[in-house]
Amino acid sequence: MRRYAPGGRGQRAEVSGLQAVAFEFERVTVVRAGRRVLDELTARIPAAGISVVTGPSGAGKTTLLRLCNRLDIPGAGTVRYRGQPLDELDPLALRRGVGMVFQRPIPFPGSLAANLAVARPEIGPEVMAAALDRVALDPGLLGQQASTLSGGELQRMCLARTLVTEPHALLLDEPTSALDGQPKLAFERTAQDLAAQGITIVWVTHDEAQAGRVADRVYQLRNGRLTCPAAEEAGPP
Amino acid sequence: MNAPVSWAGLGVSLLLVAVAAGISWWQRLGLQRQILIAAARALVQLLLVGAALTLVISPGRSIWWSWLWVAAMLAYAATVAHRRAPEVPHLLGLALASFTAAAVVTLGVLFGLHVFPLNGRTLVPIAGMMIGNSMTATVLAGRRLTDELRDKRDEVEARLALGQASRQAATPYVRAALRAALTPQVETTKATGLVFLPGAMTGLILAGTAPLQAVLVQAVVMFLVLAATATTTVVIALGLIRRLFTPDHRLRYLPAPADQ
Repeated sequence: MRRYAPGGRGQRAEVSGLQAVAFEFERVTVVRAGRRVLDELTARIPAAGISVVTGPSGAGKTTLLRLCNRLDIPGAGTVRYRGQPLDELDPLALRRGVGMVFQRPIPFPGSLAANLAVARPEIGPEVMAAALDRVALDPGLLGQQASTLSGGELQRMCLARTLVTEPHALLLDEPTSALDGQPKLAFERTAQDLAAQGITIVWVTHDEAQAGRVADRVYQLRNGRLTCPAAEEAGPP
Repeated sequence: MNAPVSWAGLGVSLLLVAVAAGISWWQRLGLQRQILIAAARALVQLLLVGAALTLVISPGRSIWWSWLWVAAMLAYAATVAHRRAPEVPHLLGLALASFTAAAVVTLGVLFGLHVFPLNGRTLVPIAGMMIGNSMTATVLAGRRLTDELRDKRDEVEARLALGQASRQAATPYVRAALRAALTPQVETTKATGLVFLPGAMTGLILAGTAPLQAVLVQAVVMFLVLAATATTTVVIALGLIRRLFTPDHRLRYLPAPADQ
């Protein structure tokens, strides 16, 4: 397990190396329909590499991701990104900087180009083509209707759509749960390339084999708490 | 009036209610009682309104009584809209705001630009037609927008997650709701005169107005209703967006109607 130091570097500070913290949860509690989905969760997720979060169904993995780009807010506690409490950041700028890919690919009506334009209307065909190329999709597909893509292609299109906002962190919520075989491995390779380019990746998955293939570190979310067994074995950070 | 209806005439017309009740009895629909109650209730309500209107718009009466009547209609229509679509959050206040906005726009044009002379006899019926016709569109727009945002929550949140502001993320669903609410009125406007003769025109002709004059009044009323439905629905839709999203651009939880 790689060790890391606390964050607190400010919104615009350069986050590089293995020591920086991307997301920090301080006594975060989320209660839904009377159930404590997250219970005074305190944890740090480093900026570097791919951090995988596993845990049983209903453990709050998706909620954890949604807190990171403020689609949800905690009932109590503080979530920080690069040392800044999220409620002090502009939510729209935060979401462009912290992209999210959902479990089920969600195409918008129209072509792939129209989908990418939703994320950034001002980009031209060259930037769009580069975005598709970055996720191993043929740039010739730009004019095609998004609804005609296969599941694997669609999920990569969603990743490309998120990437055109030029995020420095990506939240992946079981993005390959509907894929198998080659499309799943292709998605994993793309994500690993992005992590190698310095993009923080927090990846929620049920798939232990996948966690073994892609994770730089694995967290377990259970009973509302997030633990990192490997880190505990190595001693406190 | 060239075609007045006497009290005896009104009594005879009750035969038509008996026809409806008779059909219900013959076909065992079990609606006889409801038909009779509905007819009696409508008659009593109309007589009361007629008496009240006689007081409000009688010559020499201050126009402020008519304005008060209009305000009461606005408030009542808002409560009816709220009752019809309880699943739409905050509809009472929004409907009141939207009817008021439509009243300002339409009455402003019709009376401000002297299409009609401003007096109780014109103000009350015109405002009544404006509000009555806007109500269905208001309920439709509010319901459709709430349904769209609830049913397509994943899509809306995917847009928000890309950094779109709530207003921008909601735009496709606002358009769908406004189209759905306005299309019936546009279709009705298109078919007017060909498929059916509208109420205002029929009433004027029955009351002895020359058909051409009745047509002019009806055309103005149609345009009034078009503008009113467009105004009320856009105010409802934009107002709802402000209520259904948080200031930090999160979509609030929207329970399905069955959950409520």
